[in-house]
Amino acid sequence: MKKIGVVRFLGTNCDRDIWQAVEGVGARPQWLWYEDRFEFSDLAGIVVPGGFSYGDYLRAGALAAKSPVMESIREAAEGGVPILGICNGFQILCESGLLPGALVQNENLRFIDRWEGLTLENANPHWGSGLKSGARIDLPIAHGEGRFYLQPDELKKVEDSEQVWWRYQANPNGSLGDVAGIMNKEKNVAGLMPHPERALFDWMGGVQGLSFFQSMVS
Amino acid sequence: MKIGVKIMPRDVVLDTQGRTVLGTLVRSGRNVENCRVGRFVELEFDTSDEKQALDQAKEMAEFVLHNPLTEQFSLEVL
Repeated sequence: MKKIGVVRFLGTNCDRDIWQAVEGVGARPQWLWYEDRFEFSDLAGIVVPGGFSYGDYLRAGALAAKSPVMESIREAAEGGVPILGICNGFQILCESGLLPGALVQNENLRFIDRWEGLTLENANPHWGSGLKSGARIDLPIAHGEGRFYLQPDELKKVEDSEQVWWRYQANPNGSLGDVAGIMNKEKNVAGLMPHPERALFDWMGGVQGLSFFQSMVS
Repeated sequence: MKIGVKIMPRDVVLDTQGRTVLGTLVRSGRNVENCRVGRFVELEFDTSDEKQALDQAKEMAEFVLHNPLTEQFSLEVL
């Protein structure tokens, strides 16, 4: 059975949701504690879940990015392991330099919690690989600092190298390029502000998050 | 002219943010005794009268920029 690492910091609060999602698609989740290093060789993937690691002190994700577990995640990233950061996990991957850009305060200065329409720009070979470019789905967002920012010339490079993963259909937070999700050049590290783990069953309001995890066991 | 308002938590107040940042710095091998985190506000005034600008900045700092129970502020001409 494939094993997926689920990272836990103090203040992570979507960890159980990810655990359930991973179990639900028939993979075996394994906790990765923020103070500990780990061996990545037996992991088929790693998820950095959302929440408020380190209480969002200094900048969202800034302190978590310097924790011991992130040194192992950096090695895993270099080793080609698929890594997905969701919401605060996305912020942490940006702060650690594994993904380009930064996530700054929403343009309207408010915490936004609602469903958003997304369009797949460039498919990711790991998370949701069954979806084709141009696919349109709905996922919930819940963030105060979700406005993707990158200097215009750097953003152009990211666009040109097909690293934009998902875009908002109706930009809720002022993200440059309507970016909702992004990948590194190798496409094994991906970050997403919306929460696929909150869209797994009809009673949650939608099931379109399921494919993100299903593709990891197929 | 610009006036800077530095707002810091009072020494008697537990600065949880500073303590958390300190923890990360020390655990990653940095040599530092203490760390406190505050805020810095830049105010721009349409005047070249330094005293007038400082007086206005002081009034604004007392009006809303700091909470005298938990924070203290200082002003500087930028």
